[in-house]
Amino acid sequence: MSAELDTFPKLLLHHAEVRPDAPAMREKDYGIWLTNSWKEAREEIEALACGMHQRGFRRGDRLAIVGDNRPRLYWAMCAVQALGGVPVPLYQDSVAAEMAYVLDHAEVRFALVEDQEQVDKLLEVRERAKTLEQIFYDDERGLRNYTQEFLHHYDALLAEGRDFAKRHPQFFTDEIAKGSGGDVSIMCYTSGTTGNPKGVVLTFDNVLKSARNGAEFEGLTAKEDMLAYLPMAWVGDHIFSYAQSYAAGFCVSCPESGATVMHDLRELGPTYFFAPPRIFENILTTVMIRMEDASAPKRRIFRYFMEVAKRAGIKILNRQPVPLGDRLLYALGELLVYGPLKNTLGLTRVRLAYTAGEAIGPDIFDFYRSLGVNLKQLYGSTEASVFVTIQPDGEIYADTVGKPAPEVEVKIAEDGEVMFRSPGVFQEYYKNPEATAETKTPEGWVHTGDAGFFDDKGHLRIIDRAKDVGRMNDGKIFAPKYIENKLKFFPNIKEAVAFGHERDYATAFLNIDLAALGSWAERHNVAYGSYIELSQHPEVREILREHVESVNRDLAGDSHLGHTQIRRFLILHKELDADDGELTRTRKVRRRVIAEKYGELIEALYSGKAEVFASTEVTFEDGRKGKIEATLTVLDAETYPVAGGAPERAAAE
Amino acid sequence: MPDASQTAASDEQAAAEAPARRFAETLLEVQNITLRFGGVKALTDISFDIKKGEIRAIIGPNGAGKSSMLNVINGFYTPQEGTISFKGKLRKAMRPHEAAKNGIARTFQNIALFKGMSTLDNIMTGRLLKMKSNLLLQALYWGPNLREETEHRAFCERIIDFLEIQAIRKTPVGKLPYGLQKRVELARALAMEPELLLLDEPMAGMNVEEKEDMCRFILDVNEEFGTTIALIEHDMGVVMDISDRVVVLDYGRKLADGTPDEVRGNQAVIDAYLGVSH
Repeated sequence: MSAELDTFPKLLLHHAEVRPDAPAMREKDYGIWLTNSWKEAREEIEALACGMHQRGFRRGDRLAIVGDNRPRLYWAMCAVQALGGVPVPLYQDSVAAEMAYVLDHAEVRFALVEDQEQVDKLLEVRERAKTLEQIFYDDERGLRNYTQEFLHHYDALLAEGRDFAKRHPQFFTDEIAKGSGGDVSIMCYTSGTTGNPKGVVLTFDNVLKSARNGAEFEGLTAKEDMLAYLPMAWVGDHIFSYAQSYAAGFCVSCPESGATVMHDLRELGPTYFFAPPRIFENILTTVMIRMEDASAPKRRIFRYFMEVAKRAGIKILNRQPVPLGDRLLYALGELLVYGPLKNTLGLTRVRLAYTAGEAIGPDIFDFYRSLGVNLKQLYGSTEASVFVTIQPDGEIYADTVGKPAPEVEVKIAEDGEVMFRSPGVFQEYYKNPEATAETKTPEGWVHTGDAGFFDDKGHLRIIDRAKDVGRMNDGKIFAPKYIENKLKFFPNIKEAVAFGHERDYATAFLNIDLAALGSWAERHNVAYGSYIELSQHPEVREILREHVESVNRDLAGDSHLGHTQIRRFLILHKELDADDGELTRTRKVRRRVIAEKYGELIEALYSGKAEVFASTEVTFEDGRKGKIEATLTVLDAETYPVAGGAPERAAAE
Repeated sequence: MPDASQTAASDEQAAAEAPARRFAETLLEVQNITLRFGGVKALTDISFDIKKGEIRAIIGPNGAGKSSMLNVINGFYTPQEGTISFKGKLRKAMRPHEAAKNGIARTFQNIALFKGMSTLDNIMTGRLLKMKSNLLLQALYWGPNLREETEHRAFCERIIDFLEIQAIRKTPVGKLPYGLQKRVELARALAMEPELLLLDEPMAGMNVEEKEDMCRFILDVNEEFGTTIALIEHDMGVVMDISDRVVVLDYGRKLADGTPDEVRGNQAVIDAYLGVSH
């Protein structure tokens, strides 16, 4: 074993020696948390690696990994890396055709999948993914009658491996010693808003250096607890639940199933937590809905102490001076409201929570911070092995993404695009030199595609995707996402798409949030039979109109973007969905698809028509297609005079 | 790209080409059953059998006597005439608890769960018949009783995992949506480790997605546990897809009995469902 711990398998051996009995991974199965120590993890990974070797897996081969977060799938990553191979995690909810492209492109020879659902998808695309030779599966349920000779159960693989390991005790450590930091450690396929996914190639040095820098910056130790529940194919999960766990030696836990994440979170009480803004938003919505149903005294106590928290909580967390009276009230609130609430949400022990991927609503952000949860924003990308900027402790602002992370350089290009350079910068897009050259300069600077600027405090602010920032007919800047985010901060609005590029004024599509408005309807005795009916309900329209107008008022106060107030909007008859290609798997709006698919509706927004008939094809979860039809009303919203003269130049400098 | 319609088409093909399953051993046989409520004849001279390991559907228009038939099988109703033989034992009527002890479990058309109890507790009630210790010993929760309870809990957890209801393990059943309640009821029936599972309209009132889930669970139960299943269902698509043999009732009489294809082509069945001009 080389002295330097520059790969994950080497770190595995290290932890198995230094802290053999400390928990490495936990999994909830049959209602019980099962813990595996580092020693046990090492033993299983060794068996797995040996088994794979016997099945013909060689240095440089790739293993596709598909499934929910499971220790076995994480172990497979390490086993493959020990053999000098490359894990290629895929999004478990991708349809078969999406998988076929990646399997073929990455020339995957082996796949480890969770269950029958994934096996079926791979069998379906086997003709297209010609390089795929063997499939291993974890859960045998429903697979009893599958007779294909290239299908193997994980346990069988493990048994073979144990047998081999007994006969060749040195094999595993020898293989690990052959690896070094410059080797490719993983290929993450990015979902991408346009075209085919691109395989981002990252080396051990990239991933490990980033992970270590991040861990050092935040002071992560081997004592952390993390819940791994986000897709394994996403680089964030790879860094937080895999790389940093190996780097710092802490335990990662896997939930029982996707539906039980909130329960499991509560049982586990992680100290280190990551969630995209959407999840923080959902939690807050649920809390608010449940509070509405609580008895009047409870509601009053909750409201009162939330006011106290708003006043004092954030300042206390930031270690700013707070009057003694507020401090005492806050302590009482902790006893009566914040403590029990955090306990219910599983956030009691959280030392560090991150959110990233999208802008988070200031209200939502402040809510968690005022409860004493150290929620921070970070800005990152797959190409950077996640970390680009992080909010340092004590310098937390809802509208920025913080300062450059350790060893990361960030600059703003002439056109306002954010660029960065760091040890985490990816090697290349696999088999795609053109795209690599477009994204990465010879000096190692990476184009993020995001438009942003540094504010007076030296913090980075991101306003939109650079390519989405358009110009209105009068030549003024139009940043759709900026508006959409403001709209989406209302719990009643699930999704928004703004238009205005090469137009005279701005308009928008809105999606209602069924959970929030459904609860509202229940409380106000509003009857509805379907999503469409609720979305087009006259009272719902008025609620959304108020929201739009409030955004307009807000925009009017911004001299840069005041001219992009929304004049007309409509409420869509269906939820924008990744299955219909309207959103990416990470729920980002695909503008081009939407512009094509809903062209008529967009025209209606600009033609002065009062009503428009919409007929849209939808894809159900099982892949079948259907149609949703409705007549939609185009709604007008009040706009407000912009404060101060709007300067011509872009918000970015 | 193989689009969805193609996939669906190939699935259908596969289903059509799949050879009919053969079952040799008879698990349950009803012979010449007649059931009367006062002057009303609910069932008239019904005979059919259920083979071990098959999925047997009982269909028919409203009021055809399907639920009555199920109630006769699990001993809730005692027929005036006819015999039932279960696992080779002939008897005129079985009491419901005898039926349960002998391995017949059922679910109900109008869910019959303990609404105030959690999903897990409801499923645990399905294990009561298998528990050896009495009420007093159970309350002690010590030594052998603790072990016994742990074993039963482990079994219930397997069913919870199997039916993918982990997320509602501790939710009071009354708070659950209808589709999930149906699934909990199925779970409770499975907890009895039945040899014969009677499902009374397992898919009534469900949307397409819930129906598909339920279909998959029924097929999985049949395949994984080898449980024989008799089900009443109105959704013809479902019946034709998942059952091995179908018996058709109308006005308390047996109209037809055979494979889905045979039944589909039977003129009497078509008339009963579509009506005939007189």
